[in-house]
Amino acid sequence: MHSEHKPLLSVRNLKTYFFQDEGTVKAVDGATFDVYPGKTLGVVGESGCGKSVTAQSILRIVDQPGRIVEGEIVLCCAKGTDVELTKLHPNSKEIRAIRGTEIGLVFQEPMTSFSPVHTVGNQIIEAIRLHCGISEREARAKAIETLRQVGIPKPERRIDEYAFELSGGLRQRAMIAVALSCDPRLLIADEPTTALDVTTQAQILDLLRRMQEQRGMAIMLITHNLGVIAEMADDVVVMYLGRVVEQGPVDAIFHSPKHPYTKALLRSIPSIESTPRVELPTISGSIPHPYNRPSGCPFFPRCPECIPGTCDTAEPTPIAVSEEQSVSCFLYPS
Amino acid sequence: MANMEQILLEVKGLQKFFPIRRGILQRVVGQVRAVDDVTFHINQGETLSLVGESGCGKTTTSRCILRAIDPTAGEIYFRTDACEMLNIAALPESRVQPLRRCMQMIFQDPFSSLNPRMTLLDIVGEPLLVHGMTDHQERQDRVAELLQLVGMRPEYMQRFPHAFSGGQRQRIGIARALALNPRLVVADEPVSALDVSVQAQILNLLLKLQDQLGLTYLFVAHDLSVVKHISERVAVMYVGRIVEMATTEEIFGAPRHPYTEALLSSVPKPDPRLRSQRIVLEGEVADPANPPSGCYFHPRCRYATDICSEETPVQEEVETGHYVACHRAHELSLRGIARQ
Amino acid sequence: MKETTPINPESTMASSPTETLPEEFATSRAEEQIAIATQWQLMWWRFRKHKLAMAGSIILILFYIVALTVDFLAYANPYTSEAQRSLMRPQAIHWFDNGKLSPHVYGVTGARDPKTFKRVYVTDLETKISVRLFAKGFEYKWLGFIPCNIHLIGVEDTRAEETLFVLGTDVQGRDLWSRLMYGTQTSLFIGLASVVLSLILGVALGGISGYYGGIIDTIIQRIIEILRSIPTIPLWLGLAAALPGTWSVQQVYLAITLIISLLGWTELARVVRGRFLSLRQEDFVMAARLAGCGQMRIIFRHMVPSFMSHIIAAMTLALPAMIISETSLSFLGLGLRPPAISWGVLLQDAQNIQALAISPWLLIPSIPVIIAVLAFNFVGDGLRDAADPYG
Repeated sequence: MHSEHKPLLSVRNLKTYFFQDEGTVKAVDGATFDVYPGKTLGVVGESGCGKSVTAQSILRIVDQPGRIVEGEIVLCCAKGTDVELTKLHPNSKEIRAIRGTEIGLVFQEPMTSFSPVHTVGNQIIEAIRLHCGISEREARAKAIETLRQVGIPKPERRIDEYAFELSGGLRQRAMIAVALSCDPRLLIADEPTTALDVTTQAQILDLLRRMQEQRGMAIMLITHNLGVIAEMADDVVVMYLGRVVEQGPVDAIFHSPKHPYTKALLRSIPSIESTPRVELPTISGSIPHPYNRPSGCPFFPRCPECIPGTCDTAEPTPIAVSEEQSVSCFLYPS
Repeated sequence: MANMEQILLEVKGLQKFFPIRRGILQRVVGQVRAVDDVTFHINQGETLSLVGESGCGKTTTSRCILRAIDPTAGEIYFRTDACEMLNIAALPESRVQPLRRCMQMIFQDPFSSLNPRMTLLDIVGEPLLVHGMTDHQERQDRVAELLQLVGMRPEYMQRFPHAFSGGQRQRIGIARALALNPRLVVADEPVSALDVSVQAQILNLLLKLQDQLGLTYLFVAHDLSVVKHISERVAVMYVGRIVEMATTEEIFGAPRHPYTEALLSSVPKPDPRLRSQRIVLEGEVADPANPPSGCYFHPRCRYATDICSEETPVQEEVETGHYVACHRAHELSLRGIARQ
Repeated sequence: MKETTPINPESTMASSPTETLPEEFATSRAEEQIAIATQWQLMWWRFRKHKLAMAGSIILILFYIVALTVDFLAYANPYTSEAQRSLMRPQAIHWFDNGKLSPHVYGVTGARDPKTFKRVYVTDLETKISVRLFAKGFEYKWLGFIPCNIHLIGVEDTRAEETLFVLGTDVQGRDLWSRLMYGTQTSLFIGLASVVLSLILGVALGGISGYYGGIIDTIIQRIIEILRSIPTIPLWLGLAAALPGTWSVQQVYLAITLIISLLGWTELARVVRGRFLSLRQEDFVMAARLAGCGQMRIIFRHMVPSFMSHIIAAMTLALPAMIISETSLSFLGLGLRPPAISWGVLLQDAQNIQALAISPWLLIPSIPVIIAVLAFNFVGDGLRDAADPYG
């Protein structure tokens, strides 16, 4: 897909495992996808599907006892050189430089990402100075400018306030300002609107889209909300239990989904468009616990189209069903 | 619609203020008007949803009705077994207690709402026990029946909640709520903590139980898609007040309040071909401790005129069963969700 | 990964159009076991993983076994003094004699140095005194009522008091090993008794404070703050000085326990109050209220079981403080007084540097103090981690 462009970030067969006393949790188990410049990649999945750990792996901030055991993450840097992120030490200078300037990060809960003892401004100014190496005064001016861009009213005053003095929406805007302060080319947004109300969510999504238009950056948007994906993404990666089950352009995913999980997920959500009070088609069962993932295709125990003898023993590999869409399922012959 | 015979619950002018205390002497320096003059009713066997954003007072309203907290003012009439309307807003706790079997609650968080140290038998059987079913065998049979009703195996009775996933725990919570054959079930965001694929199972279960047992639901939620799916009537709340109340079709198809319109348009629709021209509301939800003058929504309203900042709009019935609190309800033509 | 996950793997819940009973995968026996495990089982499984805490509990069990069997472990009467044996150094036990296993000690003869008037002891390599297990010694009543005269070790033919000094003797010539055993008993039980007393006070006052809130809560909290702001040493000084000198050892013992716990309950009260406050907010407590449960049922069926484990952890962490309190009080001469024996009383002998320089073995009683306090802290730590197995 997008063969005319070189991907900005390319993840190949990423495996991140957590080694715990109770057993190994394969949080990410062979994820492969690309993020293109100026585009939005939506990563969608339910709890335990490994979407957040994927983001943490890219930034190399996976918590102990997690470890990237396999795969590569290649980032095409501004200078045109390719950097293999999995080869870098998690505390090395290189990765720290990349975290601020090449990749920005927005978390779900903005309250915990801000230090309660420093003002919002201090934290932005610190980030700018660390990565851009400019004077305190210039950095402050730039911070105010960034706050203004993300739509915070009276940024000259807000810059000296603490995170807890801001409302949820403003805090998330400030978080985006921190992430954008050094002009990253990739913004990873991990559930950026989950903690917010719908009207605030609309504001933040709007802001993200505007920032993307202005700066031409790529966005990797991680969420469980299919509506948000449909509104925002250009390409979609659907994950289930650490694996990418299907990926393709947003229209193909929503209008001709191929994987039984994607199909069932789309059918099961009550939509504001759909007829009320009729029984929703559901996916039977619930998500298996990561210690107890099924062998073979991870979705087979809940899959209505499961092929006995195949799906429960062998693991499907991604198969291209169209030029841009691929699916990991035995229903589609390679 | 408003056949007086059918009304199960009627709330009139409900208010709940939380005092703001400051200083060493804990002097009251202000009030958070969490619920401010809320009036609505629920008919027997129907589902009324209270929707709104966080802090709009929907949860506080539901807790006042259950008398989990005491309302500051207002009347709450509940139809008793003897078929009379009893004002429970000011009843002492001792007289509320016997009424509790008629109204039960389903909680949002399936993890904190079940005591982790009790087995399913004890959790689901507790309401039975305290309401006088002291025979162990009888209780066990009833719990088995209830578990089966919500789609759980009765053999799980001896297990503890930690053995179950969020969706299953929510089913257990529903079984507990149904133990006493309540007539009114208050469901406070019952699916918002669940995974997308499990939400549908719980919604189906709630609809099935309503048909089977003739339950009446007061459904509190912020997710409009869920609300549309489950309810017959919807009340939209903003900063402690009901701004609009009507049947689901009318609220979603032909809203009359600008806030409802904006709320509907904010919901991301799971279809990339419908990327709409959203109405993005400016600014923040008003602070219930320090609300703006006039209509609380006017600073964010794109239709606001002078009168909106001066006078508080009163709730009026613009069509049969369609209540709106907006000065311009009659002149505005607002956008709902297109019916397909 | 960090999303909510149940402990047990999932079984399927069919929600087909006809809502049949859920089918499920065969759950293994281990899973079934977890599913019906009570909180204490879950806690034990988690506690077991804490290596230090496990080591600590083994040490504590040993300590309390010692405390229960002091008379058996001691071989000399702790009160028999003899000026002739003052300040003898610890004796080495020799295990082999001519290649045969035959534990023995050499005899010691004491004489006064004519110039310094200090007693010097000379090991008499000729006299071998064999040491044997389960030897007969002084008479005692085990657990206070079973008369017995068997001791773990002893010497044949002569009295152990005169010949065996495993850890040396104190100024008055009393055997330090035997005294240390008795001291262990006193100190450990004073600690335990004080904690139990503080627990009763702490749970009652903390519970009232947390459950009723309001003005009662404020008053109790202020009392706690005042108590905690008083420097402990002067307060002890005052209280201990108020004990009449004519009181018997037992009366002093009780009084000291009381004094320690009167000051020690505040921490536990705070834990209980905090738990009550946070539990009041829990949904399942509200659910119980809406189900129509009375206050007593909510407290004893829902709230108390939920913080019992935290209380036990807090108690274990409070115990070392109690032991230290007793030791320091007695060390300063304000707590137990001779002839009572406790770790603090024993350490009183090691108060001046001169005594220490000449007879460093007098410092030996500090070793069990340190080990016990560390062990209690490790166990408390492990318990605290395991106290909420659902977190």
